[in-house]
Formats: sequence, structure tokens, C-alpha cells
Amino acid sequence: MITRPRTVTLVALLLLIALVLLPLLAEKFTVQFATRILIMALFAMSLNLLVGSGGLVSLGHAAFFGIAGYCLALLSPPDHGANFWTSLPLSMMAAGALALVIGALVLRTSGIYFIMATLAFAQMLYFLLHDTGIAGGSDGIYIYVRPDANLFGWHPFDLEKFRDFYFVVLSVFVLVLIFLGALRASLFGRVIAGIRVNERRMRSLGFATLRYKLVCFVLAGILAGLAGYFSAAQFGVVNPDMLGWHLSGAALMMVILGGMGTLAGPALGAAVMLLLELGLQSLPAAGGIDLGKHWQLPMGIVIVLVALYLPAGIARRFGEADE
Amino acid sequence: MDLSTFLIQLLNAMQYGLLLFLLAAGLTLIFGIMGIINLAHGSFYMVGAYLAWSLSMQLGSLWLAIPAGIVLSVLLGIALEWLLIRRLYRLGHLQQVLLTYGLILIVEELRSIIWGDEVHGVPVPQLLSASIPLTDTLSYPVYRVWISAVCLLLALLLYVLIQRTRLGMTIRAGASNREMVQSLGIDIDLLYRFVFALGVALAAFAGMIAAPVSSVFPGMGNHVLILCFVVVVIGGIGSVKGALIGALLIGLVDTFGKVIEFKVGNFQLLPQLSGMSVYLLMAAVLLWRPAGLFGRNA
Repeated sequence: MITRPRTVTLVALLLLIALVLLPLLAEKFTVQFATRILIMALFAMSLNLLVGSGGLVSLGHAAFFGIAGYCLALLSPPDHGANFWTSLPLSMMAAGALALVIGALVLRTSGIYFIMATLAFAQMLYFLLHDTGIAGGSDGIYIYVRPDANLFGWHPFDLEKFRDFYFVVLSVFVLVLIFLGALRASLFGRVIAGIRVNERRMRSLGFATLRYKLVCFVLAGILAGLAGYFSAAQFGVVNPDMLGWHLSGAALMMVILGGMGTLAGPALGAAVMLLLELGLQSLPAAGGIDLGKHWQLPMGIVIVLVALYLPAGIARRFGEADE
Repeated sequence: MDLSTFLIQLLNAMQYGLLLFLLAAGLTLIFGIMGIINLAHGSFYMVGAYLAWSLSMQLGSLWLAIPAGIVLSVLLGIALEWLLIRRLYRLGHLQQVLLTYGLILIVEELRSIIWGDEVHGVPVPQLLSASIPLTDTLSYPVYRVWISAVCLLLALLLYVLIQRTRLGMTIRAGASNREMVQSLGIDIDLLYRFVFALGVALAAFAGMIAAPVSSVFPGMGNHVLILCFVVVVIGGIGSVKGALIGALLIGLVDTFGKVIEFKVGNFQLLPQLSGMSVYLLMAAVLLWRPAGLFGRNA
């Protein structure tokens, strides 16, 4: 099927145009919801760098998402916003530094032990923030004013305006998508894919596989931090749940649902999960059961059916090829 | 801490650890033998607790509720294996994670629809409601001692079943080489169904006997699920002996982490950070032995 890649490109282009036009046509709630989807898509894409590309299934990825959010909260003064241009890189660096430390330790394990080791470190951080008062305890910290994009007196955008916020997140999303596409085609991306398929072979070819995996882990952590930064800015609050295993699990679901290892899959998975959640919550009562209240029941059934009948994820179904 | 408090906490730690062992044993068997990562294991614990509550209300006694609940949970295990789990053997770990995660949501909502979202208490049976006096002011409930005794007995039975019977031998053989066992004429599908139902029943039974001490509440399976995985990973996947050691370690660390006071300078480390202690233990074990205490090195 020679036409397939072209169809995919066309669909992607149309989708991008729709995403650009969306805030001009839709009202506030829709735009904010779309922003939320894009942020979760970023988070799922960062996890996919580990799971899909490197075969490293992490159940503690929310640690990096949350730590960047906390970083923004701690950098934000109560009466005005933190500077966007300094707080964003600082938050991403914090996530990256944390990923370097955790990665150096957990990458000694593999398989299900790796899943559990990543979970252990994320849970430790969760309890550190939850049970001690060092950053607001279980209540977390409020961010009263969103980051201020003042660049030497010039304001390219205002994050307090929901359309500006949406466009900034959309730009970041597109940039990350391009970056991940380029990374996949690079030597680094190929080495990582090689490690997933057969680590021993890559090692005997002379690649220091541990170092490659660590770079991949840190990169994924930094991108998760990017998503966490915007999530904290959008909701104006951070709390320990941002680092909890429920969020790590949800991101993993998005990656698997969308199709791990594909470029657009995780974003698709994030959109499907969040839209499904929204749609199911407005279901009417049927047969004496309030389906809207019990929306997780149809959600669970959908997830089970996807696992059984779309095991490779949605994106592959529609022709996106493996690397 | 004086001796009697120490003794009480030690007994609590044992009881908690042994209860965790019942759950972890099923999880480690299902993973070690069938190769299935079952995230819904904690849900079966919750189902057990709710069965104990509603059946003891209807039948009038926990003693009648427990056997009825075991029968129901075995049936649930068989039905789930036949309906869903057996389709997972040919799929990868990630699909298993996805499906069993979906199962958690389904079970949780069905629980909410059938039994509601209230917190319930189950009374301790009359026969075991006494307390053993330790000092003038401190005493220890008989029911908790009974839990430990029952769990120990089950641990022993599991050991005999797996190490000393023909069935156990085929189970162990199935864990190391599925095709070989099949080609020797053993119905491996039936064996798997048995193992899965056994795991479900163990988890539900743990929930039933825990109901009088921990109360019955929504989401009670989730916390226990993570702890079970911690136990299984510390002990080494597939090792029942490892699960027992791991569960007792977790019981000790978790219980004593909450009662010991430990300060570094001005900073109160314990019990403030007791939530971390279990994960700290797991991280330490994994850094020391990347495949758990009794796991085969991958």
C-alpha cells in the first residue's frame, strides 16, 4: 500500500489545521478541554519514549510530571506569576535531574522488576510529599497566578488567556512531535530500538547500552516534566496525586490504547481516554443503573475489549507503521 | 517501647504479613505459572470482604458466610478465566496489564452498583471475640491470633500441595515448560483454570477474614494490590517461599515504621515517613538482588 503514508500525512495535516482553528470557533470549556488533552498527550508521548521505543515499562513516570509541577509551584510567588522563560527550563531540569538519579538505580533491573522499581521510587516521593509538610503536605500548593511570559519587557503571549494558553501548549506539542520523529530516525533512536529488540546483540556490537537507556530515561523524564509544568499551570494547583501511581497507570493505558512505539499513538490514546471519560460521564440512566455516575463500568468494558481485539493499539489499526 | 507493647506490635506485624502472604501467594502463582500480570488481584480481596459482609448479614454468621463466599469466589475465578484470562496467554504483558486494569474498573463499579459506596463493619464472631490479657491494661484480641493461625495453616497446605503432591508437580512443571507438560498428555488449560481459581479464592478468603479487623470499604483492594506486588517482587516472582518471607518483612517494616520514633537532628523521620518505608525496603532489595530474594536471575 504505497498510498498509505501519504494518507496518514494528509490526515495529520487536516488534524493540525482543525487544532489551529479550534479556539477560534469553540467556546471556553472546549478549548480548555482540548488543552488538557494536549498536555496528557505530551505526557503519554514522553512515556512512549521509554515503553514503545526502549521497551522499558515504567509505572513511576508521574514522578517527573509531578516534580516539574511542584517546581513551578515553589517558584511562583503568591502575588504574581513566575517568569515563564526561567521557570520552564528550571522545572524541566529538575525533572531531568531526578530522572538521572532514579534511572541510574532502576536500570539495573529489567522486566517486571523494572516496573516495580520505578513504582517504588515514585511512591517514595509521593509519600515524602504527602506525609511531611515540606511542600504543603497532602493539600499541595496553589499557584494563584500563571507564569508570566515577560521577555525583557516584551509579552509574546498571556497564559492567563485561555486561547493563548492553548496555542502555547499546541506549539509545544507540535515541536515535541517533530523532535520525537527526528529522534526516532536518528542513530540514537535506532540504537534504542535495537536495545528493545535484543540488548545483548547491541552490546556485542559495541554500544554501551546502559548509557543509551539512561539518556533515554532522562529525556523521557524531561519531556514528562514539560507536560507536568503546563498541567500545574493550567489547574493552578499541585498535590501529591500528581506523582501517584494512578497517573502513571493512566498514562500507560493511553500509550497501550493508542499504540505504543508509534509516533501519534500515545496522543491518540490520550484523546480517546479523555473524550471517552467525558462522553461516558454524560450517559443517561439505563435499566435502573445511573451509567453517568458509574461511567467507569463502560470505560472498563471498552478497555477490556481494546486489550482483546486491538492488542497493538488504535494507531496501528489505521496504518501507522512500526519503526 | 516496653516489652508488652513490643509483643503486641510483633503479633500485629505477623498477622498483617501473613494476611498479605495469602494475597501475594495467589499473585505470584498466577504470574509464575501462567505468566499473567493480574492487576485485578486486589479487587478479589475487596470482593471477598464485601461477600463476608453481605453473606454474614443474610446467613446470620461469618462461619456460614466464609464457606459460601469461598464457593462463590472459586466460581468467579473459573468464570473469569474462561471468559477473559485464557485469551491473554497468547498476548503480551502490556495487554494483560490493560485488560486487568479494565477489570479493576468493572469490578469497582459493579461493587458500587450491587453493594453501594458505604463503609461497613463486620462483627467479630462470638467464639473469637475474647481478648488475651497481657498486662493490667493491655490485651490482645483472639481473633487476630486466629487469623495468623489460619494463614500459617494455609501456607503449610500450599507448601504440601506444591512440593509434595502430583498436582503440585505438574504445576511446577507447567511453570517451567508449558509445551512439554502438554505433550505429556496433561490438560494444561484445566491446570491453569485451577491455578487462577485458587489465586482468586485465596485473595477473596484474605478479604473475608480481614473484614472484621479492617472494615469493608470501596477501593480497599487498590492499596493492598500495590503492597502485594511489592511482596512478590521482594520475594522473587514465582517463589511462594519468597512471598512468605517478603510478606513477613513488609508486615514488620510497615507495622514498626508506624510506631517507632526516629529523629535525625530536628527532623522526625519515623513515624512521619512510615509510608515510604515499604518502598525503601523494596528499592534496597532490588538494588542488592535485581531479581528479588528467591527469584531466578533473568
